[in-house]
Amino acid sequence: MFKGDFIQNLPKIYGTYTGGFIVFIILMALAEQAGVSAKNIGVMFVAFTVLIYALIGYLSRTIQVDAYYVAGRQVPTVFNGMATAADWMSGASFVALAGGVYFGGYTYMAFLVGWTGGYVLVATLMAPYLRKFGCYTVPDFIGTRYGGNAVRAASVFVLFIASFTYVTAQINATGTIASRALGIPFEAGVWVGLISILICSMLGGMRAVTWTQVAQYIVLIIAYLIPVFWISSNVGGGIFPHLMLGDEVARLGELEKQFGLVKNSAADMKAAGVPGGLKYISGSHSGVPEGGMAVWKYLSLAICMMVGTASLPHILMRYFTTPTVRAARKSVAWSLFFIFLLYSSAPMLATLSKLALMDPNLPTGIIGKSISEVQSIEWVQRWSEVKQVFIADFNGDGILQLNEWFMRGDVVVLATPEVAGLPFVISGLVFAGGMAAAMSTADGLVLAISNALSHDIYYKIINPKAETAKRLLVARTLLVIIGAAGAYIASFRLTSILGSVAWAFDFAMSGLFFPLVLGVWWKRATREGAIAGIIAGIVSGTVYLTWVFPKFSVPIWGGVNTPFLGIDHLRFGLIGAPICLVVMVVVSLMTKEPSPATQKLVDDTRIPTGKAILGKQH
Amino acid sequence: MSNKDAYWNKTKNHMIVTLVLWAFFSLVIFMFGSELNTMSFLGYPLAYYMTAQGSLLAFVIILFWTANKQEKIDEEHGFSEREDD
Repeated sequence: MFKGDFIQNLPKIYGTYTGGFIVFIILMALAEQAGVSAKNIGVMFVAFTVLIYALIGYLSRTIQVDAYYVAGRQVPTVFNGMATAADWMSGASFVALAGGVYFGGYTYMAFLVGWTGGYVLVATLMAPYLRKFGCYTVPDFIGTRYGGNAVRAASVFVLFIASFTYVTAQINATGTIASRALGIPFEAGVWVGLISILICSMLGGMRAVTWTQVAQYIVLIIAYLIPVFWISSNVGGGIFPHLMLGDEVARLGELEKQFGLVKNSAADMKAAGVPGGLKYISGSHSGVPEGGMAVWKYLSLAICMMVGTASLPHILMRYFTTPTVRAARKSVAWSLFFIFLLYSSAPMLATLSKLALMDPNLPTGIIGKSISEVQSIEWVQRWSEVKQVFIADFNGDGILQLNEWFMRGDVVVLATPEVAGLPFVISGLVFAGGMAAAMSTADGLVLAISNALSHDIYYKIINPKAETAKRLLVARTLLVIIGAAGAYIASFRLTSILGSVAWAFDFAMSGLFFPLVLGVWWKRATREGAIAGIIAGIVSGTVYLTWVFPKFSVPIWGGVNTPFLGIDHLRFGLIGAPICLVVMVVVSLMTKEPSPATQKLVDDTRIPTGKAILGKQH
Repeated sequence: MSNKDAYWNKTKNHMIVTLVLWAFFSLVIFMFGSELNTMSFLGYPLAYYMTAQGSLLAFVIILFWTANKQEKIDEEHGFSEREDD
C-alpha cells in the first residue's frame, strides 16, 4: 500500500488514521439518529479507539534493545512533539483542568503557566544535552555522568517516587472513565484500564508507546476541540472562542457581583451532607486577588510546576528518541505547540460552561432559579445520582444560590456538551478523548519506571552480563508488576486527581532538577555532591510534605501545622529543591574535582556533533 | 580561546537570554497581576488573558525562536548536524 519505509510514510499513515476516526465519529452520529442508545455509543467509542491502540502496540513489537528503550532513535520532530503532548496531557489535564479553572479562576491558572513554561527549561537546560549523551533513561545519564552505582540507585529511587505518585492518579483516571463509559464498577474499570495500558506498551516498549501516543494525541485533541467550538457557537460565544470571549468574561464578573461570592463554613457543608470532592464557586473568575501573599501563592505554584516539568523522567525520555540533537530541540517546541492547543482551550471551556450555568438569561442557567425546578432537569438528576453534583439549600429560601451548587470538577468537561444541548455522540467522543489522555500518560510513566528498574538496577547494577533476550524479559515483567501495583493502589482512591499529580512535580524537582542541570552546566559537580544533593532534596521535601499535609501531620507530628511562608503541600518542592542545590554545591566543593575523563565527557555532551557518550547499544 | 570554548560561551549567553524572556512571561508579569488587570486586550482583562493564553503562546514562540538561534550558533562554529539527518 505504501512505498518507502515506515518513517517516510508517517504523514500518510496518520493522515489516513485521522480521516478514519472522523468517519467513525460520523457513523456514530448516524447511529445516534437511528436510535442506538447513548450508553452503547459510549461503549463503542472507547472500545474502538482502545482496539486501535492495541493493534498499533502489537504491530510495533520488538526484540531489539534500542527500539525497546528509545524507539530506535528515529522518531521525527513533529511526531515526537505529538507523542510528548499525549505523554504530558494526562487524564487530569483532559478531564480536570477546565474544572480547575471553573472553580479556581485566575488563581488556579498558575497551573497553566507552570505546565507550559516548564518546557522552556526542558529545551534550554536539558533535552538537547541528554539526547547527545545517548542515555536510555534519566538515571542512566546521572549514573554515567557522576559515575557509580550509588548515585544511579539514588536517582532511580527519586524517579520511582515521582512517577509512581503520578501513575496511580493516571490509572485512577483511566478507571473512572472506563467505568463511566462502559457502565462497569470503578474497581473493574481500573483493571480494564490497566490491561489496555499494558497491551500498548508491553510488546514494543518505547517504540510501541511512541506510535500509540501519536494516535492518542490525535483522538484527544479532536475530542477536546470539537466540543469547545461547538458549545461556543451554541451559547453565543462566537465561532472562535479563544479570541472572542471578552464580553463573556466581563459578564461573569457582573454575575459574580450580582450573586455574591460567599464562602461556606466547613460545618455548614458537613451538616448539609455535601459529598467529598465536590466544590462550589467562591473565587473570582478573572479578578486578581489582592495582596503580596496572593501573588506569592501564584508565583510559587508556577515555579514548582515549571521546575517539576523539567525534572519529570517520562517527559525527558521522550527527547531521547529523536534522530539528532537539533531535532530534540525543535521537538520540544512542537510538543509545547501541541500542548498549547489544548491548554489555551481549557479556560475558554470553563468560561462557557460557567456562563451557561450562571447566566439567568440563558435557557441553560440554573443559579437563581427555584431548587425544585433545577432538580427536575434531566442532567442534574443523572449526575446527582452518581454524587457528582449536589444542592444544599443553606438559607432555606428554595432558590439556588451560587454557593449552594456543588459539583465535581470533572463534570465541566464530561457534562457541558450535554448541558449546552450537543448530541450524545459528542459525549462519547469526550469519553474516548479522556481515555486516550489517561492511557497515554500512564503508558509513558509505567515505561519510565520499569525501564529505570530494568536498565539501571537490573542490567547496570545486578547483572551486567545479561543477554538481550533476558534484559527484555526482565523489562516486560517489571512493566506488568509496576502497572498492577499502580492499579491496586489506585483502587483505594488516595487523593483527588490533581492533588497527587502536583506531588509528582514536587518530588521530581526536589531530587532530580539540580543533579540534571549541574551535570551539564557545572563541570565541578562531583559524585559525592550529587549523592548528597539527591538524598538531602528528596528527604527534606518528603519530611516537609508530611509536616504540612494534615492527613499525614496529625498521625506523625501530632497536629495541624501552618505552612511555612505559604508553602503548602502542593509546593513542597520549594523546600526540597533549594536544599538539594545547596547541599550539592557545598559537598561538591569540599570533594576532589571530577577526573579529566569526566570533564571531557561533559565537554562532549555540550557539543551537538560527534559520537554519543553512550553507544547505540549499551 | 578554542572554538569549543567560544561555542559554549555563546550557547551559555543564549541560554541566559532565553531564561530572562521565560522569567518575564512566567513570573515578572504576574507580580503585577492586579495592575495589569486594569488594562484590556481583545476585550479580556490583561492579566487574565496572559495566564489563560498570552504567556502560553509566548512560550511557544520563545521555543521556536531559541531553537533556530541555537542552530545558527551551531553552524557558525561548525557543530551543525544538518548533514547527518
